[in-house]
Amino acid sequence: MIWIITAALWFTLFAGVYLLLSRNLLRCLFGLMMMSSAINLLVFASGRVGSALPPVITESARALTAQDANPIPQALVLTAIVIGFALTCFSLMLAMALLRSGSGMNINTMRTSEPEPTDPIKPPFATDASVLPATLHALPHAATDAAQAASATAAPPPPTRSTPES
Amino acid sequence: MNFLVVSPVLLPLVMAACTALLASRAALQRGVGLLGALVLLVCSIALVDQTAQGHTLQVTFGMWAQPYGIGFSIDRLSAIMLLIAALIGLASLIYLMGDITHHFAMQVPLVFGLLAGVGGTFATADIFNLYVWFEVMLISSLGLLGGGAKLFQLEGAFKYMSLNMLATMMLLTAVSLVYGLTGHLSFEGIRAAWPQVQASTATPVLVLLILALLAKSGAFPLFAWLPPSYPTLPTPVLALFAGLLTKAGTYVILRLLGDVFVRALPVWLNDALGWVACLTMVVGVLCAAYHWDMRHILSLHIISQIGYILLAIALGSRQGFAAALFYTVHNILAKANLFLIAGMVARYTGSYDLRRIGGLYAARLSLGVLFGISALALVGIPPFSGFWAKLLVLRAAYAQGQTVWMALALMVSVLTMYSMMKIWMEAFWKAHPQADAGLPLAHVPACQMRPAWIATLLLTVAILAISLYPQALMGFANAAAQTLGLPAGGLPQ
Repeated sequence: MIWIITAALWFTLFAGVYLLLSRNLLRCLFGLMMMSSAINLLVFASGRVGSALPPVITESARALTAQDANPIPQALVLTAIVIGFALTCFSLMLAMALLRSGSGMNINTMRTSEPEPTDPIKPPFATDASVLPATLHALPHAATDAAQAASATAAPPPPTRSTPES
Repeated sequence: MNFLVVSPVLLPLVMAACTALLASRAALQRGVGLLGALVLLVCSIALVDQTAQGHTLQVTFGMWAQPYGIGFSIDRLSAIMLLIAALIGLASLIYLMGDITHHFAMQVPLVFGLLAGVGGTFATADIFNLYVWFEVMLISSLGLLGGGAKLFQLEGAFKYMSLNMLATMMLLTAVSLVYGLTGHLSFEGIRAAWPQVQASTATPVLVLLILALLAKSGAFPLFAWLPPSYPTLPTPVLALFAGLLTKAGTYVILRLLGDVFVRALPVWLNDALGWVACLTMVVGVLCAAYHWDMRHILSLHIISQIGYILLAIALGSRQGFAAALFYTVHNILAKANLFLIAGMVARYTGSYDLRRIGGLYAARLSLGVLFGISALALVGIPPFSGFWAKLLVLRAAYAQGQTVWMALALMVSVLTMYSMMKIWMEAFWKAHPQADAGLPLAHVPACQMRPAWIATLLLTVAILAISLYPQALMGFANAAAQTLGLPAGGLPQ
């Protein structure tokens, strides 16, 4: 039994590594998933495979007997599977978000977070190198408003505008 | 059950749930988050206070006897790391109060998720549980990286995710092999059982475990995930990542090599780790010298500083472990503060890139003073905390006769100073390239910047406290190193 698991483990691991070495975004993610499945098999096998008796303590006994299966790796592998599943879901959502925001399938062309250098000595500017505070986006309006206010106070009041006092 | 022992995990998890429920009310969410971070800080101060008297606080879940149950165990080493994590969490959340440009609804809950993962890593005494907390950190940090949803952020998140998933898979492989070899998962059980494992099978497993953790801490050949992902984050979150994630990796290396596996370490493993540390220091600082974007410069300095911590761990003596702990505490504070200040510089001058900014010395001298304190602390100029940290590392290296490592560490300090001087001269001394048009800082409302000032002042006060009164932390670090499961007189050389 252990040899069957070993063969399955190595086969899945190699398949995962092969897919991971691809330049295609989705193949990479599938490779990661297969590798994590292979390692789940390892976690399961680390408690030694042999018995198929469920690890349940009978009414008369106080502890598990030597013939019972080891329950700890089963608990561990359940945890690992759940965590792996969450990461798989996240990675697929990330791939969808990447494709929707205009990234290609080829991971070699993903260079917006570290752009290719254009200058032989100095690094390129980062995509978001310049951060203007939110107030600055309204700056042209603010400037013209201020200019209008200044001209309004400086200039004499227009004659057409009459107030009740005058 | 003692609430204090589980507070590093329970409190952030509860806060993550509460703040997630308040996702639609941003101001209330941040207020509640700030309150939670304050309570977390108070709890961790209480933990430090209790462990300082020599107690090791332990709790085992489900009433199992110690080598079999999953437990938390908080000694001095864990407690001081928890305190620093809570402090950085608080500073980051204060800064977030004013940084509304990069906000998304789940940001604060994810910050608490990250703090829960970090707290669990520092508190746990079970190696599989440790793997679970690393995954909690990974998924929370992925949420924070991808939450901005811009293309460059998603690409950074993808690179971070694929390489970190490989590292956690290596970690899981090593953990399950350790279980297969010893039949134990708790640190106590492994510590007792590991010397009986045959060296020919034990060594590859140990190497795999250390490799996984080196990838997590961003050591030399395995740091490729860090440079593309960290600079895409908003500054307060970046400070949190820089302070806690890589240092969680080095903490676990210290815990495993210094405490759990210390009775059966192959001698060459420490030498190999020392050379990896030297390469990490040198390569990190040289990469940083190339960059002109403040976030890139500081991100690559994280890698360089990780080298110093690994070097101190690789010395394998109690003196070295104490130095590693002191260095970690100093470096978390200085590095996080530098990132926060870089964010303020960018808000005031309009850019993170040193080629587009300048003129802050005349316009905001007080920010220059804050930057100077943290930068000099990072470089290691005498009155500041970095000097004491580097002195401890060098003294421990000298005690082991590792003169080449000492020389490399000193050379890297000089190169660190080069990068800090570059930021100082370009951002503070040089005139702003668009000085005629008026600096953008006139248009930053003071009320938006007030939280940032409070956060950086908080961290600067902490740095100054360590700088001017290092005995307290040195004594604590020495006591922490004494209680690690180390045979008397260090490792056989």
